[in-house]
Amino acid sequence: MPWELNNDRPIYLQLMEQIKLRIITGEYGPGDKLPAVRELAMEAAVNPNTMQKALAELEREGLVAAQRTSGRLITDDIERIRKMKREMASGELETFFRRMSRLGFTKDDIIDMIEKQGKE
Amino acid sequence: MSILECQNVTKLYGSKPALKNFSLTLERGRIVGLLGPNGSGKTTLIKLIAGLLTPNQGTVTLSGMPVGVETKSIVSYLPEVTYLNPSMKIKDTVKFFTEFYEDFDQERAYSMLEHLRINPADTMKVLSKGTKEKVQLILVMSRRAQLYVLDEPIGGVDPAARDYILNTIISNYDENATILISTHLIYDIEKVLDEVVFIKYGELMLHSTVDKIRNQMGKSVDGLFREVFRC
Repeated sequence: MPWELNNDRPIYLQLMEQIKLRIITGEYGPGDKLPAVRELAMEAAVNPNTMQKALAELEREGLVAAQRTSGRLITDDIERIRKMKREMASGELETFFRRMSRLGFTKDDIIDMIEKQGKE
Repeated sequence: MSILECQNVTKLYGSKPALKNFSLTLERGRIVGLLGPNGSGKTTLIKLIAGLLTPNQGTVTLSGMPVGVETKSIVSYLPEVTYLNPSMKIKDTVKFFTEFYEDFDQERAYSMLEHLRINPADTMKVLSKGTKEKVQLILVMSRRAQLYVLDEPIGGVDPAARDYILNTIISNYDENATILISTHLIYDIEKVLDEVVFIKYGELMLHSTVDKIRNQMGKSVDGLFREVFRC
């Protein structure tokens, strides 16, 4: 997955989101070792300080854990990862419903449409 | 100790002030963008740091030392103009730098030249403007300096090489070194910046972290610059 960053929001927040996405999709598996900060920073073409900040925040959230000598590991708490996946999905749904209601659709309309589109 | 401290610096050209009572402190381990419209004093500030100019008033200290012979060994300076001898081959220029600067890392220079497919056997004068700029930047970044001051480092190079050069900058600098970059190409560069310094008419307008600008104002640095310096 390529790193996609825009300039309007703090880069470390965007890096956090994208690393979370990689954890959810299994690109970084539970218990896997993360590449070194410098390597990740190069890959994403960002400042190593920024990548460091993103990883420190993820550490605070318990999604990655620093090892004394060997870098950082992805959490092996699979339930935690599932929960994050569900949270992200409901976030996406919220956005979707908000946009649809701006177009004038009610919840029932939307559910109706989804069912129809799903059958096609 | 801060790597750079400017205290109430004033620099006049004749009677015309280029910097007015300018104060700025930069910490170690940061990549800092020096941004401002044409004629705002960016190059003057950089030349004061490099020791090419002396202030009329105020002081500039690097790692606690006043700018002078000693500080030249900790500052790596990229001027906006070409200064390399046009009749020298690139490899001779590299040799020259190796002999001149104790902290010059020859291996690093050659590896960057190779990545950008620049032939060390070429003579400087046969190179295109962009390639000359690349060579200059490679030489400057190959020193193990504490402060890099880069005056418009990516202006003449194409966008693809720009990305490589930015990557070179972020991957090669050491965690305790600070890089001060003046540029107009804010959009291309803001992704790698920790902090920005805005200057206008020789005065400091803003010194802030990039995250703060994005978080509190919901803007990119480029967006904020366009707003602040609207003509």
